[in-house]
Amino acid sequence: MRIVVLAKPVPDATGQERLRQDFRLDREAVPAVINGNDEYALEAALKLVEASPDGGEVVLLAMAPGDAPETIRKGLALGAARAVLITDPALEGSCALTTAHVLAAALRGLSFDLVLAGVDTSDGSGGVVAAGIAVLLGLPYLSYAARIEPSDGHVRVRRITPTGYEVLDAPMPALISATQALGEPRYPALKGIMAARRKEIATRSLADLDLCGAVVGGAAATSRVTSSRPRAPRGTPRIVRGSQDEAVREVVAFLAERRLI
Amino acid sequence: MSGAIWVLGESKGTELARVSAEAATLGRVLGETAGREVIGVIAGASPEGVAADLARYVPVVHSLVVPAAAGMAVAVAVAPSLAALIEREQPAYLLVGATSDGRDIAGMLSALLGWGVIANASAIGWQDGEPEVEVSVFGGKLLTTSVFTGGHGIITVRPTSVTAEPLAAPGAVVAVTVTASVTLPAVAVIDRVTEASEAVPIEEASVIVCGGRGVGGPEGMDLVQALADVLGGAVGATRAPVDSGWVPYSQQIGQTGKTVKPKLYIGLGVSGALQHTVGMQTAETIVAVNRDAEAPIVEAADLVVIGDLFAVAPALISALKARSG
Repeated sequence: MRIVVLAKPVPDATGQERLRQDFRLDREAVPAVINGNDEYALEAALKLVEASPDGGEVVLLAMAPGDAPETIRKGLALGAARAVLITDPALEGSCALTTAHVLAAALRGLSFDLVLAGVDTSDGSGGVVAAGIAVLLGLPYLSYAARIEPSDGHVRVRRITPTGYEVLDAPMPALISATQALGEPRYPALKGIMAARRKEIATRSLADLDLCGAVVGGAAATSRVTSSRPRAPRGTPRIVRGSQDEAVREVVAFLAERRLI
Repeated sequence: MSGAIWVLGESKGTELARVSAEAATLGRVLGETAGREVIGVIAGASPEGVAADLARYVPVVHSLVVPAAAGMAVAVAVAPSLAALIEREQPAYLLVGATSDGRDIAGMLSALLGWGVIANASAIGWQDGEPEVEVSVFGGKLLTTSVFTGGHGIITVRPTSVTAEPLAAPGAVVAVTVTASVTLPAVAVIDRVTEASEAVPIEEASVIVCGGRGVGGPEGMDLVQALADVLGGAVGATRAPVDSGWVPYSQQIGQTGKTVKPKLYIGLGVSGALQHTVGMQTAETIVAVNRDAEAPIVEAADLVVIGDLFAVAPALISALKARSG
């Protein structure tokens, strides 16, 4: 079982995230971490390879700035065998569609049974890149996975729906988007951290990719941010202490005042 | 008609999803401002009923039968036909709810058509002949406006961004047919299971009562449920109760769960870690009950009760029952 996991370095949710003057994400303002939903994808991939009778490997694929190896190494410490990093100054300011083209091109150079990615990322939150990649590569697309069961060249996915779930089935290779319901990521062991230092992170630039004619990069982005402003502050909170009856009276009065009851 | 604004509706069971009615209302208002035609679209195995629902909000709805949608993952089944219809009719913009199916379809259409996606719109204006899309980022800390660079694009619309308002008289449903020029690899649906859960998906709820680590166990979640019931709201949770198995993952609010924007959010035993607040801090009114006056939720809320939720919540439930009774 060979699995490629799309792992995006994103700003850690510290509350310090900000945009630069040009309204692009200021990636230097906060430390980067692997996107939370991608960590669930990685954990699921590691478990699938561990359970596979013929073994296999997990490869991380990221499109990120040149300083990403530090973040990617955390994924290698968890058990991924190696990583491919697509990095190029021209990629700054990419949109979801051009990102999908770049990742699809990188995947054309890798062999795999499954590609796993988080359902969305905590910085962009669009949740559309994985579906785009599946279309560009002609891969079956199984999304919002809570369970992944490969067998006999097919893969079965329990997909979370607004009212419950559905069971999807498609032949491999396939692309799956991963949710937290797949299970908690493991912690890196000291041995894993040591081993990660020697694992390969192959760096590729745009010139190394077969983009099949797609125009990519920040200059080809299909949308741009034109302004930003802080949300109106909420104001000082009203704090209620004292007896339970008083507290309840205050809450009821407050809700009535705001016409919420 | 070329240059139109289209709204793609989705069904929830046999009805129109609430977010689609909201997106249709948003699209209609945008069309009036822009002087562009607004058309709804429903694509599925039997779209007629839901198309009639969508026509309550927009003057014209295209009803597109895609037989394959019966036994196949919805996005995979409908995206090629929708792409063909869009290429033929040449609308300029497509609005769709930011739901799981909506995002899947948006991503696929983006790749099929070469159109960009602006995700999670909370409002859409019209400026200099194109839509100006407002998006809340970094968990609601900032509001950005974005535009497309190519004169067309797909906008996913966050649930509860606007209130759905029907037309005075319903619009017309027009059956359309199209031949898709591409097929996508089939993804079969083996089973569809409805689980006993909230009547309204949490992203669409106007009142949410949320349990945090402080609820301590299933009994605490029962209190959360009881308060939600008396307010006609939905139950939400932070990650801790979900990880402990007291609440299904579908109700989780925060970074790796749902983003919600209810009119009223009440947090019981919620400390207010950033991983949670990024998913709820754009709620209109936030009330919290917490023992710890130093908890970060205090800064995020409008009204905070410093006290024991096991005492405050039952008393609040009785008071609300007495009031409505």
